[in-house]
Amino acid sequence: MCNTCGCNVTPGNQHIVAEHKESVEVLTNLLQANDHEAAHNRAHFDRHGVLAINLMSSPGAGKTALLERTIEWFGDRLRFAVIEGDLETENDAERIREKGVPAIQISTGTACHLDAHMVHAALHELDLDTLDVVFIENVGNLVCPASFDLGQHLNVTLLSTPEGDDKPAKYPVMFRAADLMLVSKSDLLDVLGDFDPDKAERHLRELASDAPVFELSARTNAGLRDWAEWLTRNLELQREDSIDESARERLA
Amino acid sequence: MTPLSPGNCSTRYLPKMHELAVSQALLAEVAAVARSRNAIAVTDIHVGIGPLSGVEAKLLADAFPIAAAGTIADTADLHLRRTAVRVSCKGCGEETDATASRLVCAACGDWRTSLLGGDELILERVELTGGLASV
Repeated sequence: MCNTCGCNVTPGNQHIVAEHKESVEVLTNLLQANDHEAAHNRAHFDRHGVLAINLMSSPGAGKTALLERTIEWFGDRLRFAVIEGDLETENDAERIREKGVPAIQISTGTACHLDAHMVHAALHELDLDTLDVVFIENVGNLVCPASFDLGQHLNVTLLSTPEGDDKPAKYPVMFRAADLMLVSKSDLLDVLGDFDPDKAERHLRELASDAPVFELSARTNAGLRDWAEWLTRNLELQREDSIDESARERLA
Repeated sequence: MTPLSPGNCSTRYLPKMHELAVSQALLAEVAAVARSRNAIAVTDIHVGIGPLSGVEAKLLADAFPIAAAGTIADTADLHLRRTAVRVSCKGCGEETDATASRLVCAACGDWRTSLLGGDELILERVELTGGLASV
């Protein structure tokens, strides 16, 4: 008799079955399938000494413009690749490719975020041995992307000045996850007049975050140096970790 | 209709809000537990969910029946237990309640705290019927 599908339940024995109830303690994280894949992605980046950065923000906060300026700033000194997440179009990927940098477009349809499986699939199209930094430009959205680990080392969240300085308080899950907050479109501060960078930072601190905050304009390049130095420093740290890791593997 | 893809939380195949992706991940877990116990049906599913999990309890409750249709859990009741946001202060050492958008210490006001709870999204318990193998 089969004990798996329930075909052995007949009117004669149904009462026995009905009486047999069981309560099972589970206590598993519901995103563990995603987190497992994310850990796999991270190990893949680590093996190649590549720094992976997850860029998150509202739509139109300037993620792609930041990447364009970053690519120009570093020129030949760093080798980048970009994984682009958008609902539709290859527009952002094409902007990156025009700068001579490989870009893999993930079209999510109507899904609101990238997950670790999508990033894993995109990684198959990149040769990590030829790269220093991989940017994952997440779907423009301050809500859903924050819940899904992609295997990145660092989260960078952009807050553009027209959005208002209280966004960290309104979207705490997103901003709490940030390792760096970039106040983008800083060239508009004077025009807007009602965005207070100190207030934005205060809201971030109230989320118990000690992440640095830089103001930056992709139009005037103001603040780009701070960002570039932060990036360089973290790439060095990642390489040291990778070297330590491979030394450990050799010894083991 | 596009087939559901429980077993991983890939969102490539189905247009959805992320609560539906979470529902599918939840059902994959529940199905695995039910299989391991030779259960015939799942009657109750208990999930702990914090305000900082990034998942909206109301949306999860709405998405769940869509994801559960046709699975071993399709008549199961989903019980969502909302967990509290708690922080531990690195300054004064107190453990206090906080809110999602203000994780400061309620005792001394210091923002340097660490989160004790409130970001969880956990399948806590599953209630099953059947399993003649173990009767």
